[in-house]
Amino acid sequence: MKQHDIQFDDNGQLRHFLTIEGLKRDTLTEILDTAENFVTIGDQQVKKVPLLRGKTIINLFFESSTRTRTTFELAAKRLSADVMSINIDTSSASKGEDLLDMLHNLEAMHCDMFVVRHMQSGAAHFIAQHVSPHISVINAGDGQHAHPTQGMLDMFTIRKHKKDFTGLKAAIVGDIMHSRVARSEIHAMNIMGIPEIRVIGPHTLIPPGAESLGVHVYHDMEEGLKDVDVVVMLRLQRERMTGALLPSESEYFHTYGLTQEKLALAKPDAIVMHPGPINRGVEIESAVADGPQSVILDQVSNGIAVRMAIMSRVLGRQPQGALANSSEGET
Amino acid sequence: MTTPAQSCIQIVNGHLVDPKNNIDAKQDVFITGHKISGIGKAPENFKTDTIIDAADCIVSPGFVELCGRLREPGQEHKATIASETCAAVAGGITTICVPPDTDPVIDTPAVAELIAHRARAAGYANVVTLGALTHRLRGELLAELSTMKKQGHCIGVSNAMQPVKNILIMRRAMEYAASCGLTVFIHAEDAELAGDGCAHEGAVSTRLGLDAIPESAETSAVSRMLMLIEQTGVRAHFYHISTAAALNMIAQAQSKGLPVSVDVAPHYFHLTDMDIGYFDSNCHVRPPLRSQRDKDGIRAALKNNTVDAISSDHQPHDADAKLAPFGATEPGISGFDTLLALSLRLVEDNILDMNALINKLSLSPATILGINKGHLSIGADADVTIFNPNTAVTIDVNKFKSQGHNSPFNGWQVSGKVMHTLVAGKAVYEAST
Repeated sequence: MKQHDIQFDDNGQLRHFLTIEGLKRDTLTEILDTAENFVTIGDQQVKKVPLLRGKTIINLFFESSTRTRTTFELAAKRLSADVMSINIDTSSASKGEDLLDMLHNLEAMHCDMFVVRHMQSGAAHFIAQHVSPHISVINAGDGQHAHPTQGMLDMFTIRKHKKDFTGLKAAIVGDIMHSRVARSEIHAMNIMGIPEIRVIGPHTLIPPGAESLGVHVYHDMEEGLKDVDVVVMLRLQRERMTGALLPSESEYFHTYGLTQEKLALAKPDAIVMHPGPINRGVEIESAVADGPQSVILDQVSNGIAVRMAIMSRVLGRQPQGALANSSEGET
Repeated sequence: MTTPAQSCIQIVNGHLVDPKNNIDAKQDVFITGHKISGIGKAPENFKTDTIIDAADCIVSPGFVELCGRLREPGQEHKATIASETCAAVAGGITTICVPPDTDPVIDTPAVAELIAHRARAAGYANVVTLGALTHRLRGELLAELSTMKKQGHCIGVSNAMQPVKNILIMRRAMEYAASCGLTVFIHAEDAELAGDGCAHEGAVSTRLGLDAIPESAETSAVSRMLMLIEQTGVRAHFYHISTAAALNMIAQAQSKGLPVSVDVAPHYFHLTDMDIGYFDSNCHVRPPLRSQRDKDGIRAALKNNTVDAISSDHQPHDADAKLAPFGATEPGISGFDTLLALSLRLVEDNILDMNALINKLSLSPATILGINKGHLSIGADADVTIFNPNTAVTIDVNKFKSQGHNSPFNGWQVSGKVMHTLVAGKAVYEAST
């Protein structure tokens, strides 16, 4: 039928960044390469490049998140864009019509990009379908569907530490069911050519048909961690710790928490990642989170560079093409 | 004594298909006043006032819709009885059965009377109503079933899409309905297993991160209902079943002789969860679009006659109801405009022959409802649908007669167009040429 991938404009260029699914390896590699160039900006005296000067970016957060919002804000500011963040009380903007009204009002103020976080899966696609043609949308997390910038920064972190994707074994541990991070990572890992991707968790936290995403499912953590190069621990939401999904926090830690003993089953140089914020003693023990194999803080600082790369790619697409070219010269 | 002159209509050149009377042949139909007065040859003293030329067309009993939501009273911003009965006859539907989940709920004669009155005033299709099984559809207290039935206000009972969570209440309601001689119409879904789900549990819901409704939400509900039907002896009908497994269970019950029937809606035999694509809210329906295996199972069950009837499960919506992220939209498809063409695909696909299809659109649903409709016997109400099965049509939601333009079938190339619709001998629809 009529459905095409709305992430691309008529010229086949990336207009929105909504999901990693369906993107090419070349595109992801280019984004990672661009991000590489942006990493050093944070160390400079003047932490700014003028790539998006004169552009207006609005962060629309229907779900609160200090960390993600801050890294998006910093990324926009380092690209010299004007940026503002709006936290929306979801009780007053739950209906679609109100949401569109608000978007159209913001559009009338001539903004160029929305960075959207929303609790409904598909919200970013919905918004992208209804904004004016000159506006780009970046998905900063929609329900349980996707968190593509997080997926990209994790690929960036993996590449930094492991150089080559094509010989790796990766394991994603915990609440896969409710995790948009896991979904985006799985797509990214598959596209980048990681040959073996495992998901580890109890049956209640692994979505049905997970194999169709291109992963191997393990319920036994010891077995699943064996010889992996990358361990991604997922945050377990507090409201899911007790009830029908899991009996208790302590039982979860006992079976699926990452301890030094369990990590010893992975390759000696395996890296440990976590999208944050961490529940110490629930999904990961402090000795591992703060240990030599942890790259968790590295992920946070990479987040800014990767988001800069994505923002400049999407906004730099504009017809003149000048911005896209200047990004090479700039760095 | 002479009766006032009644108009006499002769339908000529058409191919008559009337499953009840085993007619599948080129025959003229003669209508005197409100009734069918002759088939094949004119009755005595028949003086033709009007000739309807049905060349290249099938002449069929008017379609009987088991489940059509007209949105009035209560949701007139979505549609009205006038708008939807008008859309129905344009789709060849001459009788619509309305489930009780209007606002207010159909649990008093007053609401049923209001609907009947408005339908008569609109003057298009016949409208019959189901009464609420429980008071306010809350699943707690029995509604006044006997009163509703005695005054002719409802021809069956249902809790619509509202769950009766307490299985004991369901048992009592079935027993009571059985003693009133009422058929219970069941939307089979376990409310707890379905939860806040909006898509079939499987690879698609996993990929899109949508809250899922497992197959077991339907099969466990059907299984429990079948046990109660067997125990209480009530006659029951399952609305729009979506899984192959549930249809197998119903087929077994039918072969044991249980008084159960079942319908399916066109979206379940044409679409799967894959059609959701990137969150197409027009594919948000309840029960959800299922897997390819289920779609194949539904087609097989149509072919082997487990499925008794086809219903459009018409749920017109205002644009805003579908204008939100997938999970936040309201479920349902506006089905009157596309019922015939989408059903005719089953003939094209060799699932059903024309006779069987027309049976499932007219006689069989009328039998399920217990009304004397769905056939063109002499003396029957002259509810007639004349359609050309071969006219190519591109479905365009903007041309829908229904006020609800919510359909995932927009742009489909189909065949089949209703040319004339008569209700009680009155021409209520004629296609513009």
